[in-house]
Amino acid sequence: MSFHIDATVRARNVDISLSVGPAETVAILGPNGAGKSTLLSVAAGLLRPDAGSARLGERVLFNLDGGSRVWTPPHLRGTALLAQEPLLFPHLSVLENVAFGPRSAGASRAQSRETARHWLAEVDVAQLAERKPGELSGGQAQRVAVARALAASPELLLLDEPMSALDIHAAPHLRRLLKRVLSGRRAVIITHDVLDALILADRVIVMEKGRIVEEGPTREVFRRPRSQFAAGLAGVNLLAGTVTEDGLRTSAAAGGASLHVAGHLDDEAEPGQPGVAAFPPSAVSVFLDAAHGSPRNSFPVAITDLEPHGDHIRVRAGDLAADITPAASAELGLEPGSRVYFVVKATAVQVYAA
Amino acid sequence: MNYSGVPRWVYGLAAMGGLFVLLPLAAMVAKVDWSRFIPLVASESSLTALGLSLRTSAASTALCVLFGIPLALVLARRPFRGQRLLRAFVLLPLVLPPVVGGIALLYTFGRQGLLGKNLELVGIQIAFSTTAVVLAQTFVALPFLVVSLEGALRTAGNRYEAVAATLGARPATILRRVTVPMVLPGLASGAVLSFARSLGEFGATLTFAGSLQGVTRTLPLEIYLQRETDADAAVALSLVLVAVAVIVVGLSYRRPHRADIPAEAAA
Repeated sequence: MSFHIDATVRARNVDISLSVGPAETVAILGPNGAGKSTLLSVAAGLLRPDAGSARLGERVLFNLDGGSRVWTPPHLRGTALLAQEPLLFPHLSVLENVAFGPRSAGASRAQSRETARHWLAEVDVAQLAERKPGELSGGQAQRVAVARALAASPELLLLDEPMSALDIHAAPHLRRLLKRVLSGRRAVIITHDVLDALILADRVIVMEKGRIVEEGPTREVFRRPRSQFAAGLAGVNLLAGTVTEDGLRTSAAAGGASLHVAGHLDDEAEPGQPGVAAFPPSAVSVFLDAAHGSPRNSFPVAITDLEPHGDHIRVRAGDLAADITPAASAELGLEPGSRVYFVVKATAVQVYAA
Repeated sequence: MNYSGVPRWVYGLAAMGGLFVLLPLAAMVAKVDWSRFIPLVASESSLTALGLSLRTSAASTALCVLFGIPLALVLARRPFRGQRLLRAFVLLPLVLPPVVGGIALLYTFGRQGLLGKNLELVGIQIAFSTTAVVLAQTFVALPFLVVSLEGALRTAGNRYEAVAATLGARPATILRRVTVPMVLPGLASGAVLSFARSLGEFGATLTFAGSLQGVTRTLPLEIYLQRETDADAAVALSLVLVAVAVIVVGLSYRRPHRADIPAEAAA
């Protein structure tokens, strides 16, 4: 009973392969245009890929590779889709919206209403049953949309940034709700938020340019990110290259010249392997001159941005970041364009295989 | 926000445009011989014509809805080769002189017509019957429903249909429970316009159905006929037609009930 999809959509340069276990929630992260929503549309049957196949348990969702082409229409797939916007049917009451799935599956009016009441209670909006969608707040409407999706008893729940259209007060509420209803359920959730991934997902997939670039258990991915995108989300600096005896040699593409980064080698990292060096911005100091003496790393950089970060100033230089105190920033006279050195102790740098 | 941004002279021209429509109606009302109004309007031939007009217009509207919904769906949803051409043909009766439409219908359903020849063999005669009246009116009224509904469908988009499908609804269920209810205001105003257009059809009806009292002589034809002999009767009947049209159009344009569409659809 697993879900597996393999799909190529040439027009959007998407080519991915993904499996999800019966009670597993997978979060898909990635920059805009990475093909995340395309993946969900293909799984739901709203978009036809150029090639590939997908199975959900015993059911073939589509198979475009063999001689006999199979295409199961969306309503027979058992894949409910929850979008950014609730998209509640405006002409139906909240109760009728939630009863829509069971009713479409052939349940009687009374039965489907009972199911709807159950799910409305489950998402704590039972008192809104008789309202019209136009009378709900954004947060309420999205909770009703969750109830509506669950009432259709999908074998796979697809969530496309369900929190992104909500204000900052409604989002935590919905996140708690999703945590409750997604446990023990198969779901794929697209998100831009580390918190969503950490709280809701068992596993994380990072997509970039239509491909999966990183995949693993949520905590593991954020603890030791291997892609620039995941590193950005996890808030660590990441340099990719080749593992050496005492650190990492970056690929020449990073800043033109190849750098040597001294760091602490992970147990599994073998010299010669491709790997990454990761260090938190808080471990980076900023100097106007190169700081010598090992075991330290000193990277010459040009500052691209300065921004407040808690009670520190985050100094950005391309993909790298340093957190320093406002006093230090003022003393150094930092501004975008300044040429400085990012200095980080070797003991603060983790080197692991990528 | 009270600022309208409309130059003053626009109001002047708008007033002139409004008068251009209102003045002839007022002139007609002024010409009505009120002392004879009731007997003129309630004459047997007038009542027969009015009844026939209402019945055939209702039938035409039903046909417009039956064929107009599928046409609008096909035009509004997925693009396909020849879609623009299809739209152009569907809208053609809007710009075609109705008498031309009548001739075209005659060569299709008439005794010597394309389909008429075969229908004649099975004993069905359409030309110069009440059925012909209904067909002539449907021909000229169909574009009104299609245009109005296609616009409504495009505005609504198909995201709700996609959600409904993932919730397990078959396409037929989606059409009945989501698509049609969501574009109901557009469908209603399209149907009303079709009804009003049917009610006023003259040229196509006369050409294709003739003017047989009780069978094909609708109110506009009756008015035209009366004008030759009794101008007062023609004016009185015209007023009835205007009144019916005003009621019908007025009913549909009370207020566009957009309030039901939630903010999320507009966002």
